[in-house]
Order: sequence, then structure tokens, then C-alpha cells
Amino acid sequence: MAEKQTVTFIITRQDSPESAPYEETFHVPYRKNMNVISGLMEIRKNPVNANGEKTTPVQWDMNCLEEVCGACSMVINGTARQSCAALVDELEQPIRLEPMSTFPVVRDLIIDRERMFDALKQVKAWIPIDGTHDLGPGPRMPEKKRQWAYELSKCMTCGVCLEACPNVNDKSDFIGPAAISQARLFNSHPTGEMNKSERLEGLMEDGGIEGCGNAQNCVQVCPKGIPLTTSIAAMNRATSIQSFKNFFGSDNAH
Amino acid sequence: MAEHREFFYRRLHSLLGVVPIGVFLIQHLVVNHFAVYGEESFNKAAAFMHDLPFRIVLETFIIFLPILFHAILGVYIVFTAKNNVKRYGFFRNWLFYLQRFTGIVTLIFISWHVWETRVQIGLGNADLDYSLMEGILANPIMFWFYIIGVISTVFHFSNGLWGFLVSWGFAQSPRSQKIVTYATLVVFLVVSYIGIRSLITFAYGV
Repeated sequence: MAEKQTVTFIITRQDSPESAPYEETFHVPYRKNMNVISGLMEIRKNPVNANGEKTTPVQWDMNCLEEVCGACSMVINGTARQSCAALVDELEQPIRLEPMSTFPVVRDLIIDRERMFDALKQVKAWIPIDGTHDLGPGPRMPEKKRQWAYELSKCMTCGVCLEACPNVNDKSDFIGPAAISQARLFNSHPTGEMNKSERLEGLMEDGGIEGCGNAQNCVQVCPKGIPLTTSIAAMNRATSIQSFKNFFGSDNAH
Repeated sequence: MAEHREFFYRRLHSLLGVVPIGVFLIQHLVVNHFAVYGEESFNKAAAFMHDLPFRIVLETFIIFLPILFHAILGVYIVFTAKNNVKRYGFFRNWLFYLQRFTGIVTLIFISWHVWETRVQIGLGNADLDYSLMEGILANPIMFWFYIIGVISTVFHFSNGLWGFLVSWGFAQSPRSQKIVTYATLVVFLVVSYIGIRSLITFAYGV
């Protein structure tokens, strides 16, 4: 690796949401232990492409730089992942960067993940505890349950599972794996459980859980290792039961 | 229910593939297997099925309507997927793709098969007996078309059985889903054998 002087990036760029994408190649001076973001920072410092022409700096999204915020997801050499955790030494060159195709492009590598936040609203991925007086402490949670629920709470809405899913695309309105798993997280919480049917109803709306075709790419690509397909199957079961309760009637359909 | 129409249709689609369509598929292939025990034996079994009471009602509600619904919604499902096995070549993603591919192959096969047998019998152009299938399958092109059709149908059923158990929420843990994968593989091999065995008898008399 020591003899490597430059790193080549081939970046799919787009100047505005409506304009056509194009590719641009950059040679960036190599540094030890650099990641894709430090490469992009070099381009920003000196926005000159491989032909020696001055160009606009490549735009991308980032925040935490330690794979917990989910903002810097992009398609790197064909695989969707976080650019902060993508080390140049571990990547095949030239390194190809593209925006995630499932989401609308804002500019260059910046995409708009709003649909994921809308999905969280659809499944009411929160616990309503606001009231006019102190409700006191909620029910306790079994430790064993807390352990697996904690794994679900690692979701950072990065969008990689939606990008890998063959059923999340412009022809379908499938909600995607992330929000389904979040509905399971909040339904497993002892206080959140009190509103569990509201989340299940959200999953049963058009464009909800039924769009899943069990390709199970999501669980393979999730950077946080969240058991997404287990969550989907759990919510499949819960929505099945909920639909029976809705139809036949039940005093436990809260 | 009205606000959950898509959810209901998709669950119904998954259920119909197993009950009654999957049950009918197995029954159909098992009855065909009588051919292996001789022409007489097949004709007797076929006549029994043909002379069942309320046959038209049974056919309509157990076979025609469920398959029609499953096929129409199925074609829609096929066209809303954007397959990505090149980028994400995982085992389950391949099966997801094959499920859609075999769905279309099966639809073509079944349409042809129903036209050639049930419709022709209904129009009075053919009789339901051993020689009808013998005549069709003596042609090597049709023999291979039927082999591909049967394998495709049985694959679609077996993998669809896995999908049914996951989509309805029976198999939740990764371990149970894996064991169901092996179980449905056995279903695929066994039911394919039953189907292909009788095709060979019809075509080559062995």
C-alpha cells in the first residue's frame, strides 16, 4: 500500500434534483488510513477533476463520522453503506461513488431520506407519554426483552436496507424494513405496548408491511446488524392477529 | 377492512397459493401418478375425479377462481419488484427472483395446459383419458415443455409455502425460517418426482 500515491474516485454527480446525472473522475493524494469521506474532503479542498479542469466540489451528507447517524450512506463500489466507515485501503480501485437510487437526489451524493421519516410517522414510532399531570413511573421491562429490543434501537434510519430491498422502488409504495422494525421496538416497550394496535394499524395501511417479498437483503446489508427479517416476521404475525381481532372483535385490541 | 384492502389482498394471495391451490396441485399430481400403474388404473382414477358430485362448483371455487385471483395479483407483484440479484446475490434474494420468474413461467404453462386439456374436453373436442396425455406428451417438445412447467409450478409452490409461513408470521426466528427452507426443499424434490414420474410414463410408457 505504501507505493500508492493517489486514489481514484469515479463519482456519479448531479447538479440539481431535476438535472441529469453524469460521472466525474478525481485523483486524490493518498494518505494512510483514509476513508471515503477524507477523500471527498480532499476533492473539496482542491476541486480539480482527472482532466485537470476546475470543477465544483462534490457535495455529500455527513454528521457523526462514526457510523451512528446514518447521514453519509451512499453506494460505494455497488454496495450501499456508510462512507465514514468505508476505508480506502479496503476498497477496490477505482472507487465508484453513487447516490442511493431509492431516494430522490438533492445534489451529487446528497439524497433526501424524508420517506423514511414519513414511514416512522405512519407506524407511530414513538411512545406518547405527554399528559396534564405526572403519570408516575411506567411498568418495568424484563431484562431479556430489553436486550433484544436494544438491538432494534440501533437503527439510524440510514436507508441502506431500503436501497438493497427489491420491493422498495418507484413502482411500489412499500414502507421498507426500517420502520417495520421500529414498530416492533416500540411495541415491545411496556409503555409503548399500550398503543400497539395503533402502530399495527399503521403497518396494515396501503404501502405498509404487505409490500415485503421476503428477499431478506435488508438483514444482510444492515450496518448495525439489526435482525430486520425477524422483526418483519414478528410484525407479520402481530398484524395477522390484529386483523383477526379487528374482524371478529376482541377486548384486547388496544 | 376497507382501509386495509391491500393488506387483505396480499394475505389472501399468500393463503390461496397454499389452500386451495397448493392442495389441489398435490392432489392433481398424485392422481396423475396412477398412470404409472397402468392405463386402466389412470382412467379409473380420472373418471372418479371427473364424476365427483358438484364438479363444476368444486372446480370453480377450489381451482378456477383462486388461481385467477392469485395470477392477476401475482403478475402485478412481479412487475412492482426491481430485481437486484446482480448487486445483492444472496440466497434468499435469488429465491425471491426465482419465485417471480417461475410465477410467470407457471402462468404460461397452466394457461396452455388448461386450454389443451380442460377446455378441449369441455368443448367436446377431447376425452379425459390416458390417450389424451399420451398424445400430447409423445411430442418431445411438449414433453420438455411439461417437464419445465411442472418443475416451475412445484418450485413456485414449495418456495411459496415458505413465503406463506413467513408472511403470516408462523416462522419468526431465523432458525425456524432456515428449517422451513430445508422442509420446503424436501417438498420440492418429492412433489417434483411425483409429477415428473407420471410425465415419463405418459410419454414413454415406462
